[in-house]
Order: sequence, then C-alpha cells, then structure tokens
Amino acid sequence: MTPVITADHLTIRFGDFTAVNDVSFEINKGELFGFLGPNGSGKTTIIKALCGLITPTEGTGTILGMDIHQHAADIKRHVGYMSQKFGLYEDLTVSENLGFYSGVYGITGARATQRIQEIVALTGLAPYLNRRVSALSGGWKQRLALGCAIIHSPEVVFLDEPTAGIDPVARRSLWDLFFLLSAQGVTFFVTTHYMDEAERCGRVGYIYMSKLVALGTITELQNLPEANPPGTSRVEIETPDTSTVLATLRKQPGVREATIFGRSIHSLVDSTRIDTLRAQFPQAKIQPIVPSLEDVFVTLTYQIMDAAK
Amino acid sequence: MNSLFYGLWPVCRKEFTHIVRDPGTLFFALLIPLLQLFLFGFAVDTNVRQIPTVVLDESHTQQSRQLLESFAASDTFRLALTVQSNPDMYSAMRSGKARVAIKIPYDYARNLQSGATATVLVLIDGSDSSVAGQAVNASSGVALEQSLNRILGSAQLPIEVRPSVLYNPATRSANFFVPGLLAVLLQMMIILLIALSLVRERERGTLEQLTMTPVAPLGLMVGKMIPYGVLGFCELCLILIIMRIVFQVPIHGNVFLLLCMSLPFLLTVLGIGLFISTKARTQAEAFQLSMGTVLPSVFLSGYIFLIDTMPPFFRAVSRIIPATYYIQILRGIILRGAGFTDLWLNAAVLTLMGCITVLLAARQFVTQRGH
Repeated sequence: MTPVITADHLTIRFGDFTAVNDVSFEINKGELFGFLGPNGSGKTTIIKALCGLITPTEGTGTILGMDIHQHAADIKRHVGYMSQKFGLYEDLTVSENLGFYSGVYGITGARATQRIQEIVALTGLAPYLNRRVSALSGGWKQRLALGCAIIHSPEVVFLDEPTAGIDPVARRSLWDLFFLLSAQGVTFFVTTHYMDEAERCGRVGYIYMSKLVALGTITELQNLPEANPPGTSRVEIETPDTSTVLATLRKQPGVREATIFGRSIHSLVDSTRIDTLRAQFPQAKIQPIVPSLEDVFVTLTYQIMDAAK
Repeated sequence: MNSLFYGLWPVCRKEFTHIVRDPGTLFFALLIPLLQLFLFGFAVDTNVRQIPTVVLDESHTQQSRQLLESFAASDTFRLALTVQSNPDMYSAMRSGKARVAIKIPYDYARNLQSGATATVLVLIDGSDSSVAGQAVNASSGVALEQSLNRILGSAQLPIEVRPSVLYNPATRSANFFVPGLLAVLLQMMIILLIALSLVRERERGTLEQLTMTPVAPLGLMVGKMIPYGVLGFCELCLILIIMRIVFQVPIHGNVFLLLCMSLPFLLTVLGIGLFISTKARTQAEAFQLSMGTVLPSVFLSGYIFLIDTMPPFFRAVSRIIPATYYIQILRGIILRGAGFTDLWLNAAVLTLMGCITVLLAARQFVTQRGH
C-alpha cells in the first residue's frame, strides 16, 4: 500500500523558535490517524505545512503522492480541513454555507445540488437547511463544519481538535461519521487532547516539545520499551483511601510515577519493590497491568523532561 | 488568470448575502455618511460674515457715527456692543464676546476737518485665522472707501479693478466644501466596511478555513471588493443627488465622466481597507486604523488648506494621499466643468495606487496565512 500522507524529516522554524523538529511519519489510505500533544507542541503547524500554507525549513512531505513544496494548490483540492473554530458563517443559513463551500471548491450547478444532498443525508442536517448557523447547537455546527470540509469529496481530511467543547453524545455521533467515511476509504488525520478519542484511532502519534516521541498502534505504544523501562512494573493499586495512599506512595523509594485513575492508583514501580509495597499497604489490592495510553504518554513526557535537565 | 482569481464569484456572492442579511448595518453604513454630509455641509462656511464687533466711540460726532454705519453696512461686521472705556473694550475681546474692536479717538472729527490724517484703531482677534484675514481686509476696505469719498466727492474713480470669480461666482462655501466632503465620507465608509469584513473573518476563524481551500488570495480580495465597491458607488450617487438638490451645487461637467473617474478612487480606498485588514488583528484595531486615515485626507488633501501654500514636506505627503487626486477630479468636473483631458492624470495616479495597494494587501495576506 502506498502511503497517502508522508512527512519526511519535517522541520519548521519561526525565527529562533523550532515549532516542528525532524518529524517523520507515513499514513495509509483509509487510516484514522490520531495526533496527540499539548497546546503549542506543533500539531497545527504540521497540518498547515502538509496543506502547503507553511513552507518547511527542512525536510518535505507528500499528500496523495504530491509534493507539498510544488503542488500546494493541487493538494488543497484533494484535502478537507476542519478546525475547532468551525469556519462557518454564523449569519448565513446551513444551505448557504454548504453552497458557499461547494462554490469555493469549484463545484457548481447540478453537481453541487447532488453533492449537497449527499452531505445533508450523511450528516442528518435536513431539518435545519434554512436555519441560520447562529441558531444551531455546537454539535450540529460541528456536523455542518464536517459537511463543508468534505463537500468536495476529499481523499484526505485533517481534523484539528474537531470535538473541543461539545457534549459527549454529539462527540460520539461525530466520531461515528469519521468511522463511516474512513471505512469508505477517506484518510483522517485527527489532532486531539482526549485520550479516549486517541484510543479510537488506528494509529497514534504523540508530539511533545516539537518532536514526535511515539508512533504506532495502541498495543505497540503500550508495549514500548521506553514506556516500560526494564526492571519496572506498571501496577494498579485498588484501595478505599486513594488520596492518602497516593501521598505516602509517592515518598517511597523505587516508586517512579503514581497517579489517581478513577477509584484506583496507577503506578510505575521498580519490580523488586512490589512485595514491599504489598506489605506496606495490606488493605490495598496491588496487581500488574498493561499501561493505558495516558500512562505511556506521561512516562515518555517525564523521560524527555528529565533528559532536558 | 482563472487560477489567480480562483473563488472570486462564490466569495462575492457570499459577501452580498452578508450585506443583505443584515439590513441594519447596511442602513447605517449608507445613512451615517449622509447625516455627516448634512451636518458638515451646512455648518462649514468660510465666508466670514457678521463678526461680532465692540465699539468705543470717544468722538461722539456725526463723522464718527457715519464711519460706524459704513462698518455696519459692510455685512462683515455686526456692531454688537458699545463700551465707554479702554478696559471694557479689551475685556470684551478677551472674553470672546467680540472678535473685532473699533476705537474712534476723541480727535477723530477734528483731524478729519483740519485735513490731518484721522486714525481709527481696529483690534482684531488673531486666534481665529479666517476671521482675522477677513476683518483686516474689510476694515481697510471701509477706510479706503470713506477716504476716497472725501477726496473725490462726486468725481469718478480713476482706476477700478473688477474681480470676477470664475466657476463659483457667488463664492459659496458649499460648492467648495461639499465635493471635498464627498471624497472624505466615501473613503471613510468604504475603508471601514471592507476592513471590518475581512477582520471579522479572521476573528471568527472562517479566514483560516478559507486559506485551506483553493480560494486564491486575489480571488478572496477582489471577491470582497466588488460588493463593497457597489455599495460605495450607490453612496456616491446618493451624495451627488443630495449635493445637487439640497446644497444646490451645480455640476458643470459631465456626470458620466465623474462617475467613471470615481472608480479608480473606489479601487484605491478598497485596497487601503484590505491592507488595513491584513495589519489589524481585531475589529477594534481595524476601526482605529481606518479612522487614522481620515485626518490626513481632511487636512493634507487640499480639502481645507491649499496644497500650494504647504511646506515642501507636506506637499510631498499630500501627493501620496488618494483623496488629493479625487478632490481634484471632483472640483474639476463639478465646479470647473473640466473634461477627461484635464484630469486623466489624476485618474491614472489613482488607478496605479489602487493596483499597488491591492497587490500589497494580497502579498501581506499570503505571508501571514501560515501563522
């Protein structure tokens, strides 16, 4: 399979500031690729570079085989983009927004009518066609924004934090749409803050301090050697008084990380210390677990912060 | 060509929809310049008349009363106040109750009759330059006329100058000011509307979305210029109609030529608005920058002050102000009945300025869109 999106040693500097540092990845057709990282880590900058809006300082990339340096204009015709800001005109109606974006992509006449009907059927916006966008709820705005972003049937869709600030039901139904389109062969590149959203993605990249620090399927990431340093174990500690246990636990030698996870504590400890801990907290149930995606990212982040010191 | 302006028509249509969708904004955009036209068109009158004048007549003779009558008859002075002492006279000037003071000394009539030169003191408030200039001229005129009458009696004047004011025979202020006001109001309205429209898109994130579509920078810019250009053109016609009917300013030249030569000015101010919108991050910033263009085009464009009397530096500045050229065109066609051959250079400069500002704005837009 030829990759649909590639980044090849992509480096982007704004003056002295390095926004993206030597990032490489390949994404295949129909993949739902999740891109995680804190604010300002370079996620949006990478999307803009791949869409040809920013010229990378070093390295290159391709979209559908087109070089991002040379074919920026062509790339835009094959790529959809949706951001948390929606990009909708609040004073226009739903159908006017769809009509505008189809015109912008050069879709006119009968083809536009047909395509708008398809989008309306897909997103379920039929009852709201003549309603102004300002009168829609956040969830419907997001569905409309997605509809506008895919009006030209793009093969690749970039979603920049698409579900920021909407309710869980709307969030899930939006993700159902992503899965539906992804099954039809559309490739998705999704940035997000939410771990549960990342876990729905086929593959995940984690960017921290402008560097891509992890890349792979969920299972691959959970079994990363860096996330499970030799001689350590990831354990779950079930105990009724999580906060008091956490405070004492963090002071113990050999405890590298500890954090509350719902009604239990997830901790990374030296394997030799497990029995000592069991003796110390007799009322707690301590058992080894596979790290969650969040555990993996936290461990990786700590390692980078330590290395930086 | 097509790809250079890609997306022009969808953007243009969408922008018209925005305008129609919000009749309130449209109404005020068109109405406020008209209100200002009425306000300033009626208020501004540089023909100084009826200057409040304080009189101190120490002579109290028939001759002194005759002199005062001729001052009053000139229409420039209004003898508002009579005082009996020097301090009272100065106090009336200082407080602003009078702009001019006339003091006829006690020996006025005696000097006049004995054939010596009779002096009359005329004090003029210099804190208002237009009043001062006019008052100096008018008072000298009164004195000269009185002197001539005494010397010549019923004989004829040996020399008579007959000034004839061309193009604006009654030297009506409206004729001079309303065409200039038109340029300033049109500029203010268009720059503000188009700058706000683009900055609004930046604020709401739709501009970011557009940069991800194949819309070309020039397609977006020209697509926005057309609707606001049409709006500006309608406003121009409205102002011209009001100027003709309400202010009674006759249009001596060709109205069609006037409308055609207004297009380069519209192009330029649209370009300036676009350029401002690439510099401003918020609507408030756009508003302030737009307003910043108003004062230079009022004071340095020849609208109020003659460009020829400015210091060389400001003469140079006035040459880069678009309103300078448009006011030349407006006054030329409206007042002097000038034709294309007289004014084409102004239109050509404006066209060049327009193209440069639009291209600069587009270039600025391209370098910014990644950030």
